[in-house]
Amino acid sequence: MNKVGKASANEGRQSLYASHVTVYPRSVHGPARNVKWGVLIFCLTVYYVLPWLRWNRGPGRVSQAVLLDLPNRRFYFFNIEFWPQDIYYLTGALILAAVGLFLVTSLAGRVWCGYACPQTVWTDLFMWVERLVEGDRNARMRRDQGPASLDRLWRKAVKHAVWLAVAFWTGGAWIMYFADAPTLTAQFWRGEAGTAAYFFIGLFTFTTYLLAGWAREQVCTYMCPWPRFQASMLDEQSLIVTYQPWRGEPRGHGKRDGAAAAGLGDCIDCLACVHACPTGIDIRDGVQLECINCGLCVDACNETMVKTGQPKWLVTWDTLAGQKARAEGRHEPFRPFRPRTFIYLAAMAAALIVMGTAMATRSQIDLAVQHDRAPLFVRVRDGDIRNGYTVKISNKTQAPAQFELTLRGLPGGAMALAEQSATPSPAQVLAVDADSIGTFRILVFGRPGPQAGGSQAGGSQALDFMLRNLASGERTTYASVFLGPGGNGR
Amino acid sequence: MPSKIEKDALSGRETTGHEWDGLKELNTPLPRWWLYTFGFCCLWALVYIVLLPSIPYGPGYFHGLLGRSSRVRVDADVHAMEAQRAVFMDKIKTTPIEQVKQDPQLLAVATAAGRIAFATNCQPCHGAGGEGQSGYPSLADDTWLWGGKLADIQQTITYGIRSGNDKARASAMPAFGALGVLKPEQIEAVADYVWGDLYGHPAAGADFAKGRAVFAENCVVCHGANGEGNREFGAPPLKSAVHLYGDSREAVVAQIANPRLGVMPSWEKRANNTGLDAATIKSVALYVHALGGGE
Repeated sequence: MNKVGKASANEGRQSLYASHVTVYPRSVHGPARNVKWGVLIFCLTVYYVLPWLRWNRGPGRVSQAVLLDLPNRRFYFFNIEFWPQDIYYLTGALILAAVGLFLVTSLAGRVWCGYACPQTVWTDLFMWVERLVEGDRNARMRRDQGPASLDRLWRKAVKHAVWLAVAFWTGGAWIMYFADAPTLTAQFWRGEAGTAAYFFIGLFTFTTYLLAGWAREQVCTYMCPWPRFQASMLDEQSLIVTYQPWRGEPRGHGKRDGAAAAGLGDCIDCLACVHACPTGIDIRDGVQLECINCGLCVDACNETMVKTGQPKWLVTWDTLAGQKARAEGRHEPFRPFRPRTFIYLAAMAAALIVMGTAMATRSQIDLAVQHDRAPLFVRVRDGDIRNGYTVKISNKTQAPAQFELTLRGLPGGAMALAEQSATPSPAQVLAVDADSIGTFRILVFGRPGPQAGGSQAGGSQALDFMLRNLASGERTTYASVFLGPGGNGR
Repeated sequence: MPSKIEKDALSGRETTGHEWDGLKELNTPLPRWWLYTFGFCCLWALVYIVLLPSIPYGPGYFHGLLGRSSRVRVDADVHAMEAQRAVFMDKIKTTPIEQVKQDPQLLAVATAAGRIAFATNCQPCHGAGGEGQSGYPSLADDTWLWGGKLADIQQTITYGIRSGNDKARASAMPAFGALGVLKPEQIEAVADYVWGDLYGHPAAGADFAKGRAVFAENCVVCHGANGEGNREFGAPPLKSAVHLYGDSREAVVAQIANPRLGVMPSWEKRANNTGLDAATIKSVALYVHALGGGE
């Protein structure tokens, strides 16, 4: 923070603009780094491999395990298939994800930011490439600050080329979620894929390269809203990455055998934690907005502590309450079970139960009936009233099905399939293809009103359409209306 | 004009030289990105002026080097669309109407084209859904004056009814009252019979014998012995719940005494380019057939 506007500070005004200071993180080894590698490999593997997994749904059907089929309005997720009207499951999933994030944050701080966030994962990957090509922190700084040279030029060129290749691969994997991956890959290289495919590959190549290569920690510090409000999930019982000032201070250089006499703490002010930090902060300044809790400073400090022969974990994971207690010479146990965590757990459980129940009892049948707007009803020769309806039947099963449509509430009512049935009948059997919607125009004949069966028809009345899948027996009903003269009609 | 450029002692910035009562204006130039954007926009405007329609003068305007015109483009688009449609419309034109109905693709095109043509030309009289109104028959019910098969409907649309076309369907219900064929009391009697018995409004103690006799003498030739109608003459069925001029005794009396004779125009393509082409008429016939009453 104190790198802000030193020049103008002399005039008594501090500039609100801070020019970017390039961060050169040093490579470290240790448990945090290992976990970070593990999460990185896992997340990237899932991201790149998932669209290539196959899933057998029967002949002629989509064979991709995870597919967002936008043109056909279907979302396939292994053995589950979502229709557009199932979009509220997405709401449930988002609620689960959000509350899960709250819970994890209240327990263990910003582990999402430090380990699993795509920005962190790809930035880490890009930094790894950078280190392979340009060397570690000191080599990179020396070369960047030195004169222009051929050595610097080719290293930069190779780095950016590899970055662009990774970014391209990232964008390429993204579009595979929206179309059959092997087909799309072949089409892509033959130049036959749609413009949307090329556009989104280009977009994600560009954004990945920009965000992971150039913007890096500035995304977390300036662009991302999460650091701004995650503090409200944290309390003094949440685990965070923290420097232990009661042990480290007063910091100072020098050999530690005589340090106790010199009144120095364990921190030898070697700046290893600062140099390892991917966001360029000093963890010893306390909890900061910029800190993504990745724990690389813990690894860096442990390396130093081992070298100086002092106990490890000067920088460690602890709670604010724990640190306060230690500074006072007490011990405060970590309390994962707090009202806050119980509330988050309860919210998650509620969302899970609602989602699970909805999912388990999801119907494979759907009926929608729309009454004709004009004419509302037609009188036919024998005195009956005829109403027209557009009937849509959703067959969500994976096989073609026969559905039986019947009427309830209209004594003597009969129906005909427009332009097809010769004579009206009380029931119609309608065939709908697998995984699709059948649309039928149904004409219902009847005499509404209390004098049903008489020659005088009276008003409109309720009419239920009942649908049954003849194979599975699954049923559904749609409440509609049968209109006649004298009522709300003419 | 700036009189004197000087450096402001406090801020260290240049002044514009403007001074009012001792207050000097600091020179705060526009941001460079703004200037560049402005300059680029000016250049862009120049390019636009040269390439695209821009400067108006007296009788016309400068068309631009590219000669672009949205009016020309609309014309081209319309022609392109017509050419695209022609593929199907030509097929519909040459295919017999019954076969068009069997071909799902042609039927879809014809139904769409028929719906548009119906809304433009037929809806004012026959209603948005073909429900008709008094004097204009419903096309959605199962009652047809001249026949409800595809070919019948096609013929009616093409040549019309009493339209003046040589091939138009034509018939005339005699004006039994106006011509003095029937006396007023005979008309009352036959109306009692038609409305009470055939239309289905029996009243207690009603005696239809006289009316039935008049009916047998004057009406059965066209309307049939039991009022079943006759499509050859466009004579409507009277024993029915559907009535062109309304379900009232007054309407029956009026139609016997001095009948209205409805006219349906001929939609055949005429020399002055009015009317509809054969493919469109076929499409309208298919659309009307599907309104609910097609036979």
